[in-house]
Amino acid sequence: MSVPEAVSILGPLSLLDYDFMRRALLAALVTGLAAPAVGTYLVQRRLALLGDGIGHIAVTGVALGLLTGWTPVWTAVVVAVLGALLIEVLRARGRTTGDVALALLFYGGIAGGVLLTGLAGNGASTLHRYLFGSISTVSDSDIVTVTVLAAVVIVLAVGLSPQLFAICQDEDFARVQGLRVQAYTVAMSVMAAVTVTVAMRTVGLLLVSALMVVPVATAQQVTRGFRTTLLAAMVLGTVASLGGVTTSFYANVAPGATIVLIALAGFAATWPVGALIRRRQHVTAPFEAAPFESGPFEAAPSGQPAADHRSEVHPHRHGDQCGHAAVVHGDHVDYVHDGHRHVPHGDHYDEH
Amino acid sequence: MTAPTPLQIRDGAVALGGRPVLRGIDLTVTDGEVVAVLGSNGSGKSTLIRAALGLIPLERGDVRLFDVPLARFRQWRRVGYVPQRSTASSGVPATVREVVSAGRLARRRLLRPLGRTDQRLVDSALDVVGLRDRQRDSVATLSGGQQQRVLIARAMAGEPDLLVLDEPTAGVDRASQVAFADALTRVAADGATIVLVAHELGPIEPLIDRAVVVHDGRIVHDGPPRAGAGLHAFHDHAHPEPTPDNSPLGGWSL
Repeated sequence: MSVPEAVSILGPLSLLDYDFMRRALLAALVTGLAAPAVGTYLVQRRLALLGDGIGHIAVTGVALGLLTGWTPVWTAVVVAVLGALLIEVLRARGRTTGDVALALLFYGGIAGGVLLTGLAGNGASTLHRYLFGSISTVSDSDIVTVTVLAAVVIVLAVGLSPQLFAICQDEDFARVQGLRVQAYTVAMSVMAAVTVTVAMRTVGLLLVSALMVVPVATAQQVTRGFRTTLLAAMVLGTVASLGGVTTSFYANVAPGATIVLIALAGFAATWPVGALIRRRQHVTAPFEAAPFESGPFEAAPSGQPAADHRSEVHPHRHGDQCGHAAVVHGDHVDYVHDGHRHVPHGDHYDEH
Repeated sequence: MTAPTPLQIRDGAVALGGRPVLRGIDLTVTDGEVVAVLGSNGSGKSTLIRAALGLIPLERGDVRLFDVPLARFRQWRRVGYVPQRSTASSGVPATVREVVSAGRLARRRLLRPLGRTDQRLVDSALDVVGLRDRQRDSVATLSGGQQQRVLIARAMAGEPDLLVLDEPTAGVDRASQVAFADALTRVAADGATIVLVAHELGPIEPLIDRAVVVHDGRIVHDGPPRAGAGLHAFHDHAHPEPTPDNSPLGGWSL
């Protein structure tokens, strides 16, 4: 008897009568909690697509499992963690920009996965279950692994939130607080990799990033603080994840798509509220008071590359058309701006 | 026994991207001193304090914090840092109180919530900078000057013995300037050592014991501050001829 027939006879409450559904719902619960928890830090560090990159790399891990007969969950964990560390190294070295590093690994990972799956003699349908999730393939041993891994990630993400928050928000300050920034950064990458693997049975490797990012985007429409965003995103992720798996049971579609669509519907529903709040804030916000010293060097960046003129201070790019007087100054041109002189330096202006 | 020296740099040199930025830096800040590091943009003054805190590696020379070489220094709870750049624009909102609470991190154990002392010190830091009533608001909704005050409160919450501030008054409105001067007076009165990088001193000038002037990667003046010391003193060359290297002091006569 196929699943939809059983439902039509037994009614919706019988969902939990099926062993595979109990496992699928448990997996969905821990995934829904873990993915947005890690995703909050990724969004804060402006690495929202890191989860996607790791997901692609994990495809190779799954394929290795299919090829060798080892459990795909474990091969995926190992490959995803290695991939996440590699991304971190590439980012830290700064040789390749973050998004290019991610792109290289994206395509390497997915191509490797497809090739290895082909070699293993498994067809597209096997891989499909890992790419978009599948409610019927979570085995008993899988569910133990997945639950334990997710629990560790959730405990770390919530328990270390003061430290992780400080690092994501202001890395230099965190360093001067004596935090081992490098170690925490690596830990965050490993947590992201583990989460991707945990989520692959439920939402699938290609859509896992959405479950990490979309609930966070939804939560911050209405939240003002970090902790409330983190917790709200976890609640929203769980709702989407459980709702998606349940829908998938009735509609007989891959759960990944339904989970992501429910999460996106949540975002679409909250966005007008967020827009309204932002508009109200904009109206009530005080005007920026005039600088105390009207002297020439307010908001002056030093020669540090990271120090930019902030956009509210400096809305345009100086040039022939900008109306500011150009002054030849040694080997370059300064622009007179509010009584002081600007000189272009990379993407910002130094003051001379 | 004398108190340890909060900050000491000997023969420090820093290069950024292969370009030498600081050379031959010798600087000793003694206990309880309030030192202003002055200089024009690109003079290396921010680099100097970032190197002193280990945020930028030294090419040569060494840094000691409280008499301990930087590599072995672990008492970070004694150091407060107010970075230059505004950190408000991260991807996820954070409340004023959350940011200020991060100033207690060096004194917190892992996996423990903020204790009563932590909460009290966060409260009082918020009071000092006059932002207690905004503590539940998102930092992003504050003005630039208020955001700078949040960063100062964050450093103060850690009760530092050495407070290092990088351009704390840059682009700050009048109310924030006054709040900042009050806060700094408080910290100095508690006996803390203060090192701040500034373009001009403004209302904090009476607090300054000593001015260190950085020009072209070297310390060119180290002594009592001069009234009205501003950046123009170091950038007064006639256009278009460049300033001769041997007279970098401009208005500063030793």
